[in-house]
Amino acid sequence: MDTFIQTFFNLDIMSQAFPLLLKGAVMTLKLCAVVIVCGLAGGLMLALAALSPNRALRWSAIAYIDLFRALPPLVLLVFVYSGLPFAGVRLSPFMAVVIAFFLNNSSYFAEVFRAGINAVPKGQTEAARATGLSQAQALTYVVLPQAVRNVLPDLLSNTVEVVKLTSLASVVSLSELLYSANMARSVTYNASPLVLAAGMYLLVLWPLVRVIARYQRGLAVN
Amino acid sequence: MTQPRTMLEISGLEKSFGDIEVLKSIDLKVQEGELVFVIGPSGSGKSTMLRCCNRLEEPTSGAIFIEGERITDIPRRDLDRMRLKVGMVFQGFHLYPHMSVLKNVMLAQIKALKRAKPEAEARALEMLDQVGLKHKADAMPAELSGGQQQRVAIARALALDPGVMLFDEPTSALDPELVGSVLKVMKDLRDKGMTMLVVSHEMQFAREAADRVIFMDGGYVVEQGTPEEIFGNPKSDRLKTFLSRVSHEDAGAEAD
Ligand SMILES: Nc1ncnc2c1ncn2[C@@H]1O[C@H](COP(=O)(O)OP(=O)(O)OP(=O)(O)O)[C@@H](O)[C@H]1O
Ligand SMILES: [Mg+2]
Repeated sequence: MDTFIQTFFNLDIMSQAFPLLLKGAVMTLKLCAVVIVCGLAGGLMLALAALSPNRALRWSAIAYIDLFRALPPLVLLVFVYSGLPFAGVRLSPFMAVVIAFFLNNSSYFAEVFRAGINAVPKGQTEAARATGLSQAQALTYVVLPQAVRNVLPDLLSNTVEVVKLTSLASVVSLSELLYSANMARSVTYNASPLVLAAGMYLLVLWPLVRVIARYQRGLAVN
Repeated sequence: MTQPRTMLEISGLEKSFGDIEVLKSIDLKVQEGELVFVIGPSGSGKSTMLRCCNRLEEPTSGAIFIEGERITDIPRRDLDRMRLKVGMVFQGFHLYPHMSVLKNVMLAQIKALKRAKPEAEARALEMLDQVGLKHKADAMPAELSGGQQQRVAIARALALDPGVMLFDEPTSALDPELVGSVLKVMKDLRDKGMTMLVVSHEMQFAREAADRVIFMDGGYVVEQGTPEEIFGNPKSDRLKTFLSRVSHEDAGAEAD
């Protein structure tokens, strides 16, 4: 029992590793912020393109969404970081992660937004247009607020996925939370930093997961 | 006496969806202050005709004039300005569910008509008062009955000071006991001199309130006249058949 605690819950080692892990956590949050903000914006644009009456635009958007939803994110990341240099494109680990996960994530967000917009009855747009609102105004004030509300749990779920996804960045030696924890483990020959990192992930993700569960139960009741 | 102004004129209107010719040639005039009623069997193109009048649907050919302006060939970028002159009320109300009643009536005033907020709010309250729902200004649409929702939808259209109001079966989605309140609002509107084109199956209301009744079938206006002429003395066989079928349905509905 004692060795178990010494190996996994060693408080001395945890407190030693804490500053490094905190730095890693900050990097993780920075990655998440960039990927989520860009992913949301890109996803919305893609969703609108995928619903556009313009055939070329619509099909390019659908092709993009399908392609990057099908490709495993780790494959994308390794390709962007280690494959692109063969074409003379050398990216920092941070940029490589942002680009790879943006490609992956914007396509997921696009699919969510598309479903949300599709679920808003056509009569809403027609009523808005009939009162003289432009297409853009109808979208901004009438359709999108309802669309976002329709898919809020999915948007949140996707956000949780992004946070988890960023741990893959450790394969390109980006010192985010998991990478930092693993480094601390190898230096201290002790698993406690990994447990601490897991705790930090939980701290951020558990409340989000709770909110989603609540929301979904709420929807089920209504 | 001054010549009454023509508020809405439809001339040689045709509309096809793919190979299906829904409107073959529609001619119709609505004078200022008139309430014109449109009846006809399901699928005869009544909704399509109304939707052409604010170009929610693009006519295949023909011309439509709103207050003398030919709206069938104005460019798309001017559509929004034109639509302010044409109020439309739908069968399904289509209130914005995420906004309060007051906000529903204010939105287009602010965003399309560019009214200042206090003015838009005052106007919204005035219109809500006119439909008897001022006390519901802060309610959400889902908290209202269907009849109340439809009256808010009417207020939303009226707040933009349209010259013509189009109604597409405004009471068809309502429980029978809620129909009266909406019809009363429409009658008040008519008494205030609003020009209205109404598609509806409320024959009793047509008898009481319509200046003229138009019977559409097969993509044409088959017959038109005063309510007495249309209901009391129908000329075409198609109108006779339609009226007898409707009165049977009415009798059937009442027997339920
Ligand atoms: N967007 C569309 N695409 C293809 N066909 C359509 C479309 N809108 C209407 N139609 C067809 O046009 C015909 C007329 O429809 P419309 O809704 O104008 O009839 P209506 O007289 O309003 O009927 P109802 O009394 O049932 O409301 C129908 O056959 C309908 O299927
Ligand atoms: Mg119809």
